[in-house]
Amino acid sequence: MFIKFLDIVIGSLLMGGIYALIAVGFSLQYGVARVLNVAHGEFLMVGAFAAWSLFTLGGINPILSLVLCAPVFFMIGFLIHITLFKRLKASAESLAVFEGNSMLASFGLLFILQNLALIIWGAPVKGYSYLAYPISFLGAVFSANRIVTLITSVIISVVFYLFLARTRTGKAIRAAAQDPVAAAHMGVSINKMLALCFGFGTMMAGLAGMLVSMTSIMVTPFMGMEYTLIAMIVVVLGGLGNIKGSFIGGFILGLVGTIVSYIQPGLSMVAFYLIFLLLLLVKPAGILAK
Amino acid sequence: MKILDVQGLKKNFGGLAATANVNFNIEQGEIVGLIGPNGAGKTTLFNLISGAITPDSGVITFKGKDIAGLKPYRICRVGIARTFQSVKIFAKMSVFNHVIIGYLFGDHKHKTSGTSSEEAEKILDFVGLSGMSDRRAADLTLVNQKRLEVARALATQPELLLLDEVMAGLNPTEVSEAMELVRKIREKGITVIMIEHVMKAIMTICDRVIVLHHGEKLAEGKPGDITRNKSVIEVYLGDFACLPSKT
Amino acid sequence: MKDKTKKYSLFAGFIVILLLLISLPSYASSYRVIFVTNILMYVILTLSWVIFSGPTGYISLATAAFFGIGVYTSAILSNALFLPLVIFIGGLASFCLAFVVGSLTLRLRGMYFTMFTFALVQLISNLAHWYEVNVTGTVGRLVLSLESTTVYYSMLVVFCLVLLASYYIKHSRFGLALQSIGESEEAAAHSGINVTLVKVTTFAISAFFMGAVGAVMTMRWTYVDPPTAFDIRLSFMPLLMAIFGGMGNLFSPIIGSSIFAYLEEILTTKFPYYYMLLFGGAMLLVIVFMPHGIEGVFQKLQKINKRESVEKT
Repeated sequence: MFIKFLDIVIGSLLMGGIYALIAVGFSLQYGVARVLNVAHGEFLMVGAFAAWSLFTLGGINPILSLVLCAPVFFMIGFLIHITLFKRLKASAESLAVFEGNSMLASFGLLFILQNLALIIWGAPVKGYSYLAYPISFLGAVFSANRIVTLITSVIISVVFYLFLARTRTGKAIRAAAQDPVAAAHMGVSINKMLALCFGFGTMMAGLAGMLVSMTSIMVTPFMGMEYTLIAMIVVVLGGLGNIKGSFIGGFILGLVGTIVSYIQPGLSMVAFYLIFLLLLLVKPAGILAK
Repeated sequence: MKILDVQGLKKNFGGLAATANVNFNIEQGEIVGLIGPNGAGKTTLFNLISGAITPDSGVITFKGKDIAGLKPYRICRVGIARTFQSVKIFAKMSVFNHVIIGYLFGDHKHKTSGTSSEEAEKILDFVGLSGMSDRRAADLTLVNQKRLEVARALATQPELLLLDEVMAGLNPTEVSEAMELVRKIREKGITVIMIEHVMKAIMTICDRVIVLHHGEKLAEGKPGDITRNKSVIEVYLGDFACLPSKT
Repeated sequence: MKDKTKKYSLFAGFIVILLLLISLPSYASSYRVIFVTNILMYVILTLSWVIFSGPTGYISLATAAFFGIGVYTSAILSNALFLPLVIFIGGLASFCLAFVVGSLTLRLRGMYFTMFTFALVQLISNLAHWYEVNVTGTVGRLVLSLESTTVYYSMLVVFCLVLLASYYIKHSRFGLALQSIGESEEAAAHSGINVTLVKVTTFAISAFFMGAVGAVMTMRWTYVDPPTAFDIRLSFMPLLMAIFGGMGNLFSPIIGSSIFAYLEEILTTKFPYYYMLLFGGAMLLVIVFMPHGIEGVFQKLQKINKRESVEKT
């Protein structure tokens, strides 16, 4: 009984941590840059494959890969923003038009990324074994990689949280997330901010993907969409633009998902959608919003 | 006959009382001015009456029927029409179709399209938009767009018309024309409540004036009495300076 | 007068095309008939999508969900009932789902609505998958497929129906109400229009045709499963085609979707491994350089022509 409980707790924290990261990334991209990035999950997928490739072909420790790839993912997002989305923003007549166009553009990215993944890595599912040995904790047995992933995701979250709370850039990002117009008036260079936030968003997705691959979840080119949806749901749960809300929302969803999986595997996504629907109907501003 | 009766109306927005216990009534055939500084809750009051938002508490009675909380389309069909502070026209639609929409949908007696064209032209003439039926609403000047909003509202056959700052942004000639239009509307038997900052209009054509401040009714009475009311003067410091000294 | 002759010539041209389509199986190969059937599927999906999302501006991504419902209805009922009835029920099932979902979600602000319709596709797909795994026991089901000519004519009938519906809605007072909602929902509501009812009904009507076309398409296949029936690409394609063709009138989406569908068919056959890549690239190019579609390009050209002729005088 206690083991089951502990398993659920660990599982929740683990998935919650990953969900929180993806959600924060998505929140930055939609809340600040106003890009509804439906390809967000695809960047996660690329991250997962990157970890797999580096480990299987290069023998590189996934934790090390995290550190190496983080700036790369950031750069990719940053570049995509300044080449694609900035251009769309300039040519759009209104915010609504820009939001629609950028969403469609991200669909284009979705197809491109999925197809590239199919070409490079192929359709068959992949996985790798890293730290798959059992650890004994409080009388229960867990796989080491899950514990390590959990600790890593917590560390990343805390680091990023401190970055947002303590540094100047971080504070500017939080301000822009809450009220982009006001932040612009207070001298925050808005264009740089948008690209920065988009880059951080991609980075979060990539890191989350690498973490996912570490937990021996199967990696396929089609795994992304589920995570995009989870990101959307968490962001609505926590409140748009509310970074702290995305963190907390991620953990709530992680808990719900793990519990539902125990009772009826395969229905966790359905449970998420029902929560989504309920939220949108009852309090679209998010249950954690002021 | 009391056409509109508002009792104990309250509306809060996140802790701020936009409307705080407002009571008043309107007699049929009056032109009543609704004034107050920015943020006093005038448009909120219109929104509560027209159904755009629901009150937290209070009663709104129109011709004896309780209308608080009804959806806007129902309130329109019951006989209350309005214009908006920021002109809400159907940009890509023709002037003619604006009026047709009001005519076809705005009255509880569902109309056939048979007489609609004639009625529409009559209304356009009435507001001063004759000959502009085929123009796109977005191509009209501001004053004509405001006329169009009034025409659309009139097409719904209202008994009570709420005008929200219809004279904002108009030059003196246009203001006089607007005042004349409001008089003509009253002559048709339609009761009018108008939110205005153009004091000349309020003083000249309103039978009565209600003053709102911080969501509460500050004062109520004839225009002349209002200008002499101490608390009103405090709130509106200097705004009455532009008026002639005799009322 | 010039406007009227333009309208009549377009209409005449359309009748000619319709006659060619009706007689197609008599002079074209079976392969070509199937090819045109697929193109018609996309055209119908695009027209259905435009019925709702065009005037209201609400971007719906639920197309795949409604299509899939039509697919499953057809898969379950195809042996038991008369063909037109199966197609009708497929459409009806989607209509009902859309009515319910629409009533719940159409009061949401634009992007939230879009997000939910996107999630709806996955929700239904997941539910279907879960049901098949836990209740039916097998994932996917075999379908009785029909002759390509039967499928083709069924598709043609649905095409004509959706055209009639689009035309009638646009030129009726319902269409006027719809247009006003798209321009200013608040003003429309205050002019006596029951905005929610109009939006939900239109959404449901567009879903009807998506379901009907799904039911027809199933007859071309031998096997259906959730990923095939609820393929998210079927949500994006009509959107893209509508943007590519333009939504200003009835013909632009037809032309746009025909061209795009034709390209898609060619790409899938010639480059089965790369076509999504090319497609995504095409999407990006269209969004960046042609945000108003071919219609927008034509309008721009017209403006340039006018300017030039004015300058010349």
